[in-house]
Amino acid sequence: MQAFSELLEQLYYTSSHNAKAALIIDYLKRTPDPDRGWAIAAIAGSLRFEFFKRNTVKQLILERVDSTLFDLSYDYVGEMSETVAHLWPEQSATEVPLPTLGELVEKFSRATRKTVPELLAHYLSSMNSAQRWALIKLGTSGLRVGVSARSIKQILARYGNKSVEDIERLWHGVEPPYTDLLGWLEGKADMPDISDQITFSPVMLSHPLTLNEVLPWDNSKWQVEHKYDGIRVQLVVKRDEKALFSRNADDISHSFPDLLEEVSADAVIDGELLVMHGSDVAPFNDLQQRLNKKKPNKILMQTHPAGLIAYDILSLNGQSLVDKPLSERRQYLIDWVDKQHSARIQISETLETPSEAALKSLHELASENLAVEGLMLKRIDSAYVPGRPKGQWYKWKRDPKIVDAVMMYAQRGHGKRSSYYSDFTFGAWQGDQLLPIGKAYSGFTDEELKKLDNWVRRNSIGRFGPVREVKKELVVEVAFDAVHPSTRHKSGVAMRFPRINRIRWDKPAREADTLETVVDLIEPKEKE
Amino acid sequence: MHPQEWMSVESPGLYCKPANLYIDPMQPVAQAIVTHGHADHARSGHGSVYASGDTIAIMQTRYGEEMAKQTFALNMGEIKQFGKTNDPVLVSLHPAGHILGSCQVRIEYQGKVLVISGDYKRRRDPTCPPFEVVPCDVFITEATFALPVFTHPPIEQEIKKLMASVAIFPDRCHLIGAYALGKCQRVIIGLREAGYHKPIYLHGALIKLCNLYQEKGIELGELVPVSDVEDKQSLAGEIVIAPPSALADRWSRTLPKLRTVMASGWMQVRARARQRLVELPLIISDHCDWPELLQTIEEVNPKEVWVTHGREDALVYQSTKMGYKTKALRLIGYEDEDETG
Repeated sequence: MQAFSELLEQLYYTSSHNAKAALIIDYLKRTPDPDRGWAIAAIAGSLRFEFFKRNTVKQLILERVDSTLFDLSYDYVGEMSETVAHLWPEQSATEVPLPTLGELVEKFSRATRKTVPELLAHYLSSMNSAQRWALIKLGTSGLRVGVSARSIKQILARYGNKSVEDIERLWHGVEPPYTDLLGWLEGKADMPDISDQITFSPVMLSHPLTLNEVLPWDNSKWQVEHKYDGIRVQLVVKRDEKALFSRNADDISHSFPDLLEEVSADAVIDGELLVMHGSDVAPFNDLQQRLNKKKPNKILMQTHPAGLIAYDILSLNGQSLVDKPLSERRQYLIDWVDKQHSARIQISETLETPSEAALKSLHELASENLAVEGLMLKRIDSAYVPGRPKGQWYKWKRDPKIVDAVMMYAQRGHGKRSSYYSDFTFGAWQGDQLLPIGKAYSGFTDEELKKLDNWVRRNSIGRFGPVREVKKELVVEVAFDAVHPSTRHKSGVAMRFPRINRIRWDKPAREADTLETVVDLIEPKEKE
Repeated sequence: MHPQEWMSVESPGLYCKPANLYIDPMQPVAQAIVTHGHADHARSGHGSVYASGDTIAIMQTRYGEEMAKQTFALNMGEIKQFGKTNDPVLVSLHPAGHILGSCQVRIEYQGKVLVISGDYKRRRDPTCPPFEVVPCDVFITEATFALPVFTHPPIEQEIKKLMASVAIFPDRCHLIGAYALGKCQRVIIGLREAGYHKPIYLHGALIKLCNLYQEKGIELGELVPVSDVEDKQSLAGEIVIAPPSALADRWSRTLPKLRTVMASGWMQVRARARQRLVELPLIISDHCDWPELLQTIEEVNPKEVWVTHGREDALVYQSTKMGYKTKALRLIGYEDEDETG
């Protein structure tokens, strides 16, 4: 527990991913099983340590600390676990040995609602403030130390000198405290056997297209499809079990029971998750409503039903198909989709592109379909290779939308950018007033960043904590993929992936675009 | 006469009328007592300044020889008479343990004694004598860290954290944000006591005060201005100290592979540390923590407690609960800032 609390503390304050990885690897080297495995599970969020509720903690502290002083402290600190960690009365000269992480997990998972408060109080009293903070965060399952499930896998890969695809493949087949996985990473054990488990297979990714890489155009060599604007997923059906994974190997099954209900027949399918009304695909914004919900209610599932556009098939009835060419896999995929008999399981149609001109006009047309964000070009002889193999698959995104906006606020970045104002909020005109329409952190070169930083410092007119307000004088050309109506923003719009395309040092702020122009860029279908 | 009849809060600060004397005034006044040299207590431009010799030296270092028309250095415990000869106000200074030269002010008038703590702490500090408990009728205490969440760990433990980090990240330049007066020198001494004898590199804003400390006989070891280092890349693996404001600013860009450290009592609140992008927070404070504030009130055992700058609410509440008549003095202008924590 001592080592784990130190690790959490350090991770909390460290912003660079590399430094975080170094800290975790160092911890793995120093810490015995099963503690380190439980720690990984806690950080990756793959274990719900719901030992106790916030309220349990609050009750306990109020039995020990004056409620007025608690309130004043909580107001000041702003976070419950930290407030309690600091306020818990220090036991003088306790010789109680600190429990291991493994012991804690075991004791708490056995405890009942009645025995938890006493157990928790006992442990809190034997710890110092940092350890108490760690324990409370662990128990109420909210570590928030800035390490995603994805980066934990990368760190494990680095630790064992394996590929991240290997870890992703195994991840859902192994369980905390991951003794077998860690043993294998250290070369002390065989690769864990996951043949009985439902697991994720690493996905194949594409490169952005530079047109001359596929010219002269020979349509007999390529399969052209729409690139749908949902999220890439992997659907796994194995006997009675089903699972849906994001492309980063997170299990998102719990959010989409309505989709899983629709499928049967053992297979691993690569596809795009979307909201679908019958076979009609809804825009990304609709899917967003579903993505945020861990357990969607019935009404949401009826108004925003989840569907799948199938791109590819990795295995069928336990037989791997990844070595077969795309053209052959396509036939298996068509058969599988047919068998589903569900309007919400669709195949991704292939598009006719007899000539280069036809291809180009398809790309232009793609910009008008709002469920689509461009084209995919795949070699028909491509095997399904995890990662991003060269020359096999290309994505050709539709052209971005562009507006001229006025810079309003700037904030310092993180890590290498911590001394630069690099996060910008910009706005559009509504009458004489500017309303913020989005934030961008990217799109500029290092050289441009230096100039922007300099401009912000010279033109700042106010400060709110880490944020500087600037003179409303600088126009930036903002590129973005789409704009959606939003009730969360005063301007009523939310941009998808905004970035700074160009800095218009020359353009007077008065000539920047109006909010009306931005609203006009919302797809008509969404304005209803 | 009850001190509330002769002490008041005026716009420049706390004022003793029968002595025509302000304590730590924010604006230029005819006569000022200055408890210590931090910029939110010591300002330039007064007529006469009464303070410890060290505080006067600090003020002259910061503001120049002309910082006041006249200065009067008082020894600790020396009684200085103000007011009318037949109705005197007796004023003396007593150690506060906050920084070099810091003191409390004891004011006696018509049989009643009032003590103004200034900023103070109860921990060991090799740069100044320890806080002296001065019996009084009214004790005016600061409240910078007056919440029960604040309990400062021993400085040795914090320095150990820093040394461990230097060992784990031997190629990174550890840049410590520390207030130029007091904190900076305490961190240096802490490092020296922990056996760190390499040169310590300093931001330009810290040099004059470190020189002054050394002139006063306080050993700080070898100090090198960062501006004297030609190849800044050679600072990888070294310890650099700068004022907190320089931590994440243009100045620090020239330093290689930074690890940002900050030494302040505020670092106990995690979100505050993270907001400043601090990677290694060191809880090192020149103020009392909560238990020490309560301990001090008990030891001084005054009839009445007045609470100034900081989190007055909690301390007023607790001190009242302990049986002392307590009120908050709303003094404005003292910084609730990271800088002097």
